[in-house]
Amino acid sequence: MAPVKLPKTDVVVIGLGAAGGLAVLPLALSGLKVVGLEAGGWFQPSDHLPDEIRNNIRHWPHAVQKANQEIPTAREGLSGPPLPRPAYHPMMNGVGGTSLHYWGQSWRLTEWDFKLRSETLRRYGPSAIPEDSTVEDWPLSYEELEPYYERAEYTIGVAGKAGNIQGTVDQAGNIFESPRHREYPMPPLRSAGFTDHMAAAAKRLGWHSYSPPAAINSVPRGERNACYYHGFCGSGGCPIDAKNSTAVTTIPQAVATGNLKIVPYAHVIAINADDAGRVTGVRYLKDGGEYFQPASVVLLASYTYENTRLLLLSRSKAYPKGLSNNHGQVGLHYQSHTRSGVMGLFTFDLNRWYGTPAQGTSLDDWSDDNFDHGGLGFIGGGNLLVHMEAKPIEAASMPTFGKVPRWGSSWKAFLRENAGRWAPVWTQISTLPFRDHFLDLDPDVKDPLGYPVCRLTIGLKESEKRAILFMQEKSEQWLREAGAIAIEKLPLGPIALSTHAYGGTRMGDNAATNVVDRWGFSHEATNLGILGASVMGTSGARNPTLTVQALAWRTADHLIREWKSIAL
Amino acid sequence: MGSRPEAKKKISGDSQQFLSVSRRELLAGTAAALTCTLFPVSSLVPPRTAAPAEVLASRERECLEAMVSRLIPAGADGPGAIEAGCARYIERALGDAYQLLRKTYNEGLAALHSCAVARGAESFAALSAAEQDQILSDFERNVHIGDYGNSAAFFEMVRRHTLEGMFGDPAYGGNANFAGWDLIGYPGPRMYVSPELEKMGAKLPRSRVFAKQLVDGSR
Repeated sequence: MAPVKLPKTDVVVIGLGAAGGLAVLPLALSGLKVVGLEAGGWFQPSDHLPDEIRNNIRHWPHAVQKANQEIPTAREGLSGPPLPRPAYHPMMNGVGGTSLHYWGQSWRLTEWDFKLRSETLRRYGPSAIPEDSTVEDWPLSYEELEPYYERAEYTIGVAGKAGNIQGTVDQAGNIFESPRHREYPMPPLRSAGFTDHMAAAAKRLGWHSYSPPAAINSVPRGERNACYYHGFCGSGGCPIDAKNSTAVTTIPQAVATGNLKIVPYAHVIAINADDAGRVTGVRYLKDGGEYFQPASVVLLASYTYENTRLLLLSRSKAYPKGLSNNHGQVGLHYQSHTRSGVMGLFTFDLNRWYGTPAQGTSLDDWSDDNFDHGGLGFIGGGNLLVHMEAKPIEAASMPTFGKVPRWGSSWKAFLRENAGRWAPVWTQISTLPFRDHFLDLDPDVKDPLGYPVCRLTIGLKESEKRAILFMQEKSEQWLREAGAIAIEKLPLGPIALSTHAYGGTRMGDNAATNVVDRWGFSHEATNLGILGASVMGTSGARNPTLTVQALAWRTADHLIREWKSIAL
Repeated sequence: MGSRPEAKKKISGDSQQFLSVSRRELLAGTAAALTCTLFPVSSLVPPRTAAPAEVLASRERECLEAMVSRLIPAGADGPGAIEAGCARYIERALGDAYQLLRKTYNEGLAALHSCAVARGAESFAALSAAEQDQILSDFERNVHIGDYGNSAAFFEMVRRHTLEGMFGDPAYGGNANFAGWDLIGYPGPRMYVSPELEKMGAKLPRSRVFAKQLVDGSR
């Protein structure tokens, strides 16, 4: 049966999460008529229970209607064995997307991230870039993105302390951050006993810790509350609307213009293109029916895995290998942050039970190019973070530090004494894209509609292992300085599905090696824009969301400015 | 419509904090202009078939109870997994969220049983604690039991689920009398946490309440 053809709109946005849910605001304010297709529904504050089983163990079973049907598969290397397929998709469906329950960490990348390749060549020579890496400089600089970072910070609301305002460095903030035009709109989240303790240890080591920026209200904002620090924030939605997901910030403002129509529970199956190669609209399923939403411009803003998958599934005469894939670039340059934690055991109670994971102490002394990498065998490094919020199942799932078995009476006694006396240090290392790390369609595994799921081909390169081991050593040093008496390090290995997944539709000037141009629009289908970390060519050493949002805003701005030439 | 439903509930804190979370009327004028259907998410959870009261056969249940009681034994230091209802938690989950794991449980419990029979016992539950521990150690180290090769995976799964039952929200059938939270000194869910409660060395009054009670303010 032919799909029901709906009235044409100016812009259709696929996915109302961190990226799409932000881009709809400038678009709607400009007067464009926008339809937002979202695979999930609306959430109320009372949907957000402090329930670790539901939020963290069973991963929001009520809110992954679509994502859980299409969990990607993964294999290590081209001929490697399949990695275990997780039972849950790490992202969720809902108006606001995963910004409903993310940690809210809202870092900017640094100037270095945008020109990692040329800076590395300049400082360390060609041998410092792994031979099989496909890394390129970004087509834009930090300075070009800076105004959009600021807009995102002020519009969604980010709490933090500036470390560099127009070149004036402030030790109270992150001294390694790249210059910002002005201070954060809210002071940082408050510190806690444990974060103060770790900050003091960092200071004794001569390191420069700071309170990480978070999209969480440290003070009341408009009519919304300041954070209650209740301790169920990680993978938990906010019951008092203090977390600045797009569902409570940009989306309501966009709706208020009258120019945004939201279609919840819309399961998008394809983006259509005409024979000339322009996209014409989006096909989706809802309530048992199939619909076609025609639009002058399509913005694809689902998660990294689905951005690639939907392009590859959208075949047409103009794009026989998938939409915008005539150069064979869709799915390439895939990267993710990877496992790297170090756990420390202390002889005193840390009292990490409450708070939020964004309430922490972080440092960048060992990230980016903030230290000399000569002879180290890797470039970049990682941000280090300790944080509050140890929920009870998580606390009890602690490592045993080789001191007791993992069950039985002695373990129970160990747990009684130590469940409140351990803490992880997390590192996010800057990963690089490699030729043999990519996304494609799984040849065997399909979703219930019969469409192949996304497949990851991944691995952990020697340079990345060296970076992780280096950072684990720094993590241990920090924990020991703070009084840890035992250390356990997570084993190295690639992780299958990540909430920090990059690439697949990389942004760059060269159409032969990139899917979208410097503005986020397809080199091939010029009225198709792509939002999300899928456009990022390097991962950076910190959480991606704010960069995703700044880029999304910039793409929306470009569309508004160039409407006549893009929409024709 | 394009707005989420109004929240009417009050959120209660345990520090005499009551806060209305009613939403501002920001969207009031626009609702009529937009035409999509709107559902509160809570109404869209697929209707669950009533969990059968008993998912496991009685011999299986006995075996599972014996296993979890060795993972977290009762003792002078407090209740163990049985007393906290971990087996009940697991069986309830197998009738509901973990339905797809029933076969995995059936097979693993059968393997435990066959180990006990091989030792001349009537059942795993009938073995001494020391013998049960030996078998569980074999499972943990992935010793194959006949043609059953999933012993470590089974052990890890049951351990994980036992931790969920012991330390999760009691609404799921485990953590009876908050035994798990008492064991590890978890101070308990509260809506509002003052800066004082986040200090190291703070005296933490215990809040013993279910998540739903906290959000409904119905404690």
